[in-house]
Formats: sequence, structure tokens, C-alpha cells
Amino acid sequence: MSGPVTPRGPRPARTSPARWGLYAFLLITALFFLAPLYVMLVTSLKSMDEIRQGNIVALPVSLTLEPWIKAWSSACTGLNCTGIRVGFFNSVKILVPSVFVSIIIGSLTGYALSFWRVRGATLLFGAMMSVAFIPYQIFIYPLVRVFSFVGLGQSLLTIVIIHTIFGLPTMTLLFRNYFASLPPELFKAARVDGAGFYQIYARIMMPMATPMIIVAIILQVTGIWNDFILGLVFAGRENLPMTVQLNNIVNSTQGERAYNVDMAATMLTALLPLIVYFGSGRWFVRGIAAGAVKG
Amino acid sequence: MPLKSQVEIRDVSIRFGPVRVLEQLSLTVAPSEFLVLLGPSGCGKSTLLNAIAGLLDVSDGEIHIGGRNVTWDEPKDRGIAMVFQSYALYPRMSVRKNMSFGLQVAGTPQPEIDRRVGEAAQMLRLTDLLDRKPAALSGGQRQRVAIGRALVRQTGVYLFDEPLSNLDAQLRAELRVEIKRLHARLGATMIYVTHDQIEALTLADRIAVMQGGVIQQLAPPREIYNRPVNRFVAAFVGSPAMNFLPGRLDTAGRPVFVAGDHRIDLEGYAFAGPVPAGPATLGIRPEHVRTGSLAAPASLSARVDMVEPMGADTLVWCRLSDGTPLSLRREADARIQPGDTLPVSFPAEALSLFDDATGARL
Repeated sequence: MSGPVTPRGPRPARTSPARWGLYAFLLITALFFLAPLYVMLVTSLKSMDEIRQGNIVALPVSLTLEPWIKAWSSACTGLNCTGIRVGFFNSVKILVPSVFVSIIIGSLTGYALSFWRVRGATLLFGAMMSVAFIPYQIFIYPLVRVFSFVGLGQSLLTIVIIHTIFGLPTMTLLFRNYFASLPPELFKAARVDGAGFYQIYARIMMPMATPMIIVAIILQVTGIWNDFILGLVFAGRENLPMTVQLNNIVNSTQGERAYNVDMAATMLTALLPLIVYFGSGRWFVRGIAAGAVKG
Repeated sequence: MPLKSQVEIRDVSIRFGPVRVLEQLSLTVAPSEFLVLLGPSGCGKSTLLNAIAGLLDVSDGEIHIGGRNVTWDEPKDRGIAMVFQSYALYPRMSVRKNMSFGLQVAGTPQPEIDRRVGEAAQMLRLTDLLDRKPAALSGGQRQRVAIGRALVRQTGVYLFDEPLSNLDAQLRAELRVEIKRLHARLGATMIYVTHDQIEALTLADRIAVMQGGVIQQLAPPREIYNRPVNRFVAAFVGSPAMNFLPGRLDTAGRPVFVAGDHRIDLEGYAFAGPVPAGPATLGIRPEHVRTGSLAAPASLSARVDMVEPMGADTLVWCRLSDGTPLSLRREADARIQPGDTLPVSFPAEALSLFDDATGARL
């Protein structure tokens, strides 16, 4: 070190051993979590000969997309051997209406609870929240009985209703808290302007809630797409989602396990949530309604 | 729909559980009158305004607007328009849409909406801003849009809930003048809530000073300023605040106010009723204290503590011989230093005397 330096301008950055240790720890942890994904990807691109050689972390010597094609169109899910694409379309069939309906109902409930003084609102909200803590597996059999009593049985409509019900606590919480953070004077101004319950919801509150809607969509898409047991029980044999089909592929193989096909099928199933996750990052960061109501 | 409506509040009480915010309050606002509800935080003025608007239910009493009993009516059916403290503009709509939303909801035909929006925009100098979103406007512009949104409704009563509180001092002064001009131009009834007594004094035809849910004094600004009806009103209105000297009222012979060693002659003071002897407080505004050559021969002596040059004039903080603080106004270039001694006197016609027990004006 040369003679004393006069402090001037910005402080010089200092990288201490502690900081290096921290970065190393973070790197190792990240690698640990990424390892299964890496193994899956790599295995799905190898031929069975290479896999039999036993080195699961080796990169594929001869890249092949054959397992992916097989998984998509000719793997055996129980009796049919038409691949997992059936499950993909079923999952989409379940996902789109479920996300749409659960967000509409959840946001409407959250909106009503936060702005309109309803008698018993707190009680209702508390009941909803406490039920959300009960493991949902407990509800499966009673719900099966209820739906068969009502005459709905296993169908697309049933699974959409189920997803809406189970998503209601989270969605209501999300939107209620968001609307509660908005200035109440906005609501008063809309009432003075003469707008009614649904008009205020549709024309003022929901356009303002875009960040929350994005968050709700992300939560619901990943939650509903990844769901296994509710889809298995309530969707009906023609509408089994991709997760259930994947389980069938992996567990109903006779003879040798085609690891590469299994991995490819898993990757295909996980693809949608991964894309949603990577694509949604900047939407999270986007700012909220700037400055319309006093900053 | 008449463009100026009378507002009558009859025996209105508002309670939130055990808390009584307003109790049996009655008030009549004449057509075209500009009434200001003035008071500190928590005095019930915003609650009263929200009740008039219909945003709050009253526990008891009636509200009449334009001769009609609107106590159970929705805000949109009362013939009112409201401007809020935080502007409350719809953030995803342009200025034009903000102003036309209420009319659209009511089903007004589009040409009529366009005409009214155009008129209001011209009155408030918003014509160039009509297609902007609120986020792209300054605070003063946003508040003008909020006023415009109220104007297009063309109702008989306009309600203002502390609209200038969020603006900086200069903007506040500008918009204050605009609101006064608007009132002169439209002639509509306006009820204005504020805690800023300068706004109240400049804008109002009558001021209702409120404290603890009760109207302390309902009178034109001049009267509130010169003849406050009790100690609270005297202390609240006027900046810098009124000086208060504790002492005793001596009514043996000529009425005289005794404060320590000083005897202040009350000849010329207009007593409100029979004069009781006893403990009292003398109030005098800084600008009414006569000093220097203007002080009468029988005057008190004040020692200067601190001098505040305020631009247009100078505020001098002194102490009387018994330590009582006193503030007085002098001209801007007054050569007064801390430590100087000044003769001061209190002209009787500018005094206010308050009973110590009740605070009422004597």
C-alpha cells in the first residue's frame, strides 16, 4: 500500500474472502438444484446403448431426438400407444377454462370483500382461509360423493369447478390484499360517478389490477398444470391430464425401461411451467399504476 | 336540474359503534353559498361531507338537497359532485375518459358528453391534456382534472374534500384563486372541507368552525376573525396565532383587565352580555398590538426575545415584565434587535376577552 489515500468520490469495491465464500456456496446450491434437470435433458437425448453404459452425467455422444418423438406420439399410456400428446391437449383443455374461471371468481370475491361492507364478510373470509390450511386430500372422497350426488360425476366441468374451488382461498387473498392497498377514494369517486358493483369491477378495478392478474395467472397455470391427483380423480378417463399420462407411461412399461423416452416425456410435461417461469420474470418487475392517485 | 341547490342538514348524528362523531348537528347552506367546514383533524368535517355525499350512512337525522330528502339516496342520485384530496383519477383512463366516465354510466348521449367535457376543459385550461393519462400530469393538472370531472356532472352542489392539501404552497395559492373564480362564474353551491384557515378565510362566504363534532361558530370570515365566539376559534384562526394573556376581570367602576402588575383599560370593548368579574383571558392579534410611537401613554413594556423577518413584514417575539410571551407585527425594515425594550398597548376595540371556565367570549 502506498501512502495514505484521501477519501474522495465513490468508495472502492472490496471483495473479501467472505464474499467469495458466499458466491461459491450459491453456485454449488444452484448446481445442486439444476442437476436433476440437466440429467433429465441429457438422458432424453441419448440412445439406450449410451444409457446402458451407466454414466448419467456424460453429454450425449450421438444426439438423437428419437426419444422425444417416441414420447410424444407412440409411447404407451395404459392400453393406447399414442404417446403423451393426448395428455397435452387434455391438460390444455383443463387449464384454460380453470385459470379463467378461478381468476374471475377469485378476483370478484376479493373485490367484494375489500370494498363493499358486507355483513359477515370477515367471518366468510376467515372460514375460507382456515379451510385452505386443511390438506386437500381430505376433501377428495367427500367431493366425489357430492359430485356424483349432484349428477356431475367425472367430467371437464367437474375438474374446472374443483380447480376453481381449491384456488379460491389463494385468489381471494391475492386480490383482496391488492384491492385493499388501493386508495379508497378511487372507489368513492366511482360511486359518486354512479357506477354499480359490476361496472366498478370491470371498468375500474380490474384494469388497475394487471400486475396481480399476471401473478394469479402464473400461480394458477403452474398449479393446475402440475396437478396430478385432482385430475386423476375428477377429470374422467377421456380428459386425463399430462401428469397422469406421464405416470402411466413410466409405470406401465413391460420389460426394459426406456429411460430416454421416460425422460423425454417428463421434459415435455415440465416444458410449459418452465416457459411460463422464464417468460414471466419481467412482468413481475413491471411497475403498478404510477401516479394516478397521488404517487 | 337547477344549478344551485340548497343543502339542509337536520339533526344529523353519525356514530361508529360507541364513538359519536357527530351528534344532532343542524346546518343550512343557502343556494350559491360557498361554505367552508374548517377544523383540526378528527373534528368530524370530512365525516359530515361524506354523509352529505351519501358515501356514509347517518345514524339519525335527515339530509335535504335542493328541497328533496336524499337521506337514503345513492350518491349518484343526490345531485352532487365531489372532488377528493388525492384526486382519485382512474389511472388507466385518459383525462377525457376520466371526465366522461360518470356521464357514460348515466347513459348521456355522446354529443352531449363531448360538449360538456369540452366546456369544462376550456374553463380549467385542460384542452391540450385531454388525451394524456393521469401519470403524465403534474399534481396541479391532476387536481384540475378532478375538478373537471366534477364540473361535467353539472349538479347543484359541489363538495370539496381538502382538495389542495396535497399540493405545494405555490400551486395551492394558484388553485385557490381558480376555485374562487369558478364559484363566481358558476354560482353553484359549494361545500369545502379544509384544515387550512387561510383557504377558509379567502374562499368562504361563511365558515363553520368545527371541533369535536360540534360547530363552534358559523359566520362570515370577517366575523370569525374579528369576533371569535370562543377561545378555540380565536386560537385556530389567524396566523400567526392570537396572543393570550391570563389575568382577571375587575368590574368595580370602569371595567379593567388585571394581568400581574398591569391594568389594561377596557373602555370601548363591546361586551357580549353582563360583565362578570373573575378569571379571564385577554386575546389580541399580533397585528393589532400598538407599539412604539403609536402606543398610548399608559402602556406596558415588552422586552424583545427574537425577531423573524417574514418578507412583507417582521414578526417580533417579546416578553412582558412578568414573563408572558407576546408576538407583534412591525414593518419589514423595522430596526429591532433582541434585547430591545418596546412600549406596547392594546386598543380595546381589537380585544377579545374569554371566560377561563367556559372559554366563551365575554
